[in-house]
Amino acid sequence: MTRKIDNTTRYERLRERYMNGGLERRQFLGLLGAAGAAYGLVTPYRALAQTVSQVRFDGWGGVVSEALRENAFDPFTAKTGIEVVDGTFGGADEYLSRIKASQPGEFNIAHLSGVFDYARYHNLGLSSELNEDNIPNLKFVIPKLTEVFRKVTNGTLSCVPYDYGTTGLAYNRAYISDAEMQEKGARILIDEAHKGKIGGWSDWRTRMWYAALQTDQDPNGITDEEAAWDAVRQHRDLALKYWNSGAELMSLLAEEEIHVTEGWSGRIFALQEQGHDIGYMDPPNGFGWQECMFVIKGSPMEACEELLNFMLAPETAIAVAEGQNYPPALDPQQIDLGAKIPTLPAFDPSGTLDGLTFADPAYWNGREADWSKTFGRVQKGY
Amino acid sequence: MSVEAREARQPWILLAPALSAVTLLLFVPLVFIVVYSFWLRSATGADLPGFHLDNWREALTDRFYRDILISTLRIAAITTLVCALMGYPAAYFIARSRGNKMILLLLLMLPFWISYIIRTMSWINILGVSGALNTLLLGIGVISEPLNMLYNEATVILGLVHFLLPFMVLNVFVSLDGIDTNLEDAANSLGATRWQAFLQVTLPLSLPGLAAGGLLCFVLGAGTYITPLVLGGPRDAMFANLVFEAIITQLNWPLGSALSLMLLVVLGVLVMIYNRYLGMAQLMKGLG
Repeated sequence: MTRKIDNTTRYERLRERYMNGGLERRQFLGLLGAAGAAYGLVTPYRALAQTVSQVRFDGWGGVVSEALRENAFDPFTAKTGIEVVDGTFGGADEYLSRIKASQPGEFNIAHLSGVFDYARYHNLGLSSELNEDNIPNLKFVIPKLTEVFRKVTNGTLSCVPYDYGTTGLAYNRAYISDAEMQEKGARILIDEAHKGKIGGWSDWRTRMWYAALQTDQDPNGITDEEAAWDAVRQHRDLALKYWNSGAELMSLLAEEEIHVTEGWSGRIFALQEQGHDIGYMDPPNGFGWQECMFVIKGSPMEACEELLNFMLAPETAIAVAEGQNYPPALDPQQIDLGAKIPTLPAFDPSGTLDGLTFADPAYWNGREADWSKTFGRVQKGY
Repeated sequence: MSVEAREARQPWILLAPALSAVTLLLFVPLVFIVVYSFWLRSATGADLPGFHLDNWREALTDRFYRDILISTLRIAAITTLVCALMGYPAAYFIARSRGNKMILLLLLMLPFWISYIIRTMSWINILGVSGALNTLLLGIGVISEPLNMLYNEATVILGLVHFLLPFMVLNVFVSLDGIDTNLEDAANSLGATRWQAFLQVTLPLSLPGLAAGGLLCFVLGAGTYITPLVLGGPRDAMFANLVFEAIITQLNWPLGSALSLMLLVVLGVLVMIYNRYLGMAQLMKGLG
């Protein structure tokens, strides 16, 4: 009977032969070198040759990850046997660095926010091409959400739209009334009266978007850039803290470290559900965004498509949406979304999303290099 | 092979694993970073290989980087000073205590069992508006409104001291523990007071440990980015945060490489000065 031996045993036997004088040093080192080189060369391709047993997913963490884990990933694993390993990131920029430093196939699906991220990832050669026949549940998605992605990738898709939301104004009602919010709108973030109790996301896009609103400009066509940067500076001088994640946003508001900030609609709804008296308001031209499940080039496509189809199944997508508090990308004209989803912030019962202002990917990605760098300086007092 | 040749090769054979590790884990990545620092970032975020001095020109001539570097060195220096002032008495107490030295050293090492990030974040629960300290002060009527104690330079220094103090205590302890206590007794018998004996005998002999602890605290403090990220306000960034932003947020690895090398050179010069005047042996003892 032949017995399979592992590499360690093989090395030990080789070493024993060498120590016993049965093998010359040069021969021994040569064999070791050849084994190492062979292992190094083969390792990156092993993933391609193996049956897919797991898919890597990366998202925003917190309640969003919990909702996905509980309502989508665990049931998917139970059904297919494919494990979903989920990681988290604080933003798409940070995640991009990780992908850049990784091997192809190491990261598979990312919960990207905004068409601008989709376009950026595509421009960096990270997009794949989904076989839509393997994702029949795509037919339930609001057509407008899919179309914008198709335009970027020449008619094909590297993602499926999954949910949408807004970055609106969140405020503690114990200190700021609804009437004050209505009166001041986005300008409340640069209001001296709340100095030291203002927060903000350390994201250059959000900062510039709100600066545009504070200076009465179109966020997708800022004409007076200097005025916008001045507004960013003004906000910086009044702010206590730039938050870096959804968890930090929720903690700062819940602990009353800050009284007002812009915030992600789902996270603020989660705070309200927890009993905190936090108000939420989308100012005119508030920051709307749609999130997608982006499949990164080099991923096991069929397994990813199977997961995406599972995630888009109405029962799964609705359960996830109710857990993460963002309306799903499912068309409310086709699917009954239940009782909770219509109460979520940013929900559009018409399914046209005409009431939301989205970031123009070409406009924002064209300024990404300059503005992210400038914000890095402005943030630090320059 | 002759005996001489074998003896000449033996140290190299023994050193081979360590040298390989240093080469593969330190030298090779460093070479990559040096090469990267001469590349450029394209508008889409992709790297453009080549030999360009743009990143270095920007890093060396832009006032922004110089100011943040100076601010970083200042914060690291203040942190080191506070660590020295707080760490020396603690180390002295441990070194001179009888019987329970090991327990005290174990207590000193305990914080290392908890993640550095969690230790840093714990200050939010202590100093926050609804944190332990404000709750206590409000409870006993010292204040009527919660104090804003978080997210400023002072909390960054506090977080750094919390992180670095054990390094200072351990180094000073190693130095103090090696001093013969008979020397102090001899000084006393010659008429010196306890304070004079400490100032003129113990303190000078323990200075190498203090310097080694100071160097470690300074270098580790100047290279941190988590503490200002968690406990700092909008303006409290340190130099490592710039490296983080260039690489992670702006996806500008070439500029991030130039900036990280700049910090490495500054701190490297400091280590070289230390080594020139005090030698690395004391530092190794403290780390050991």
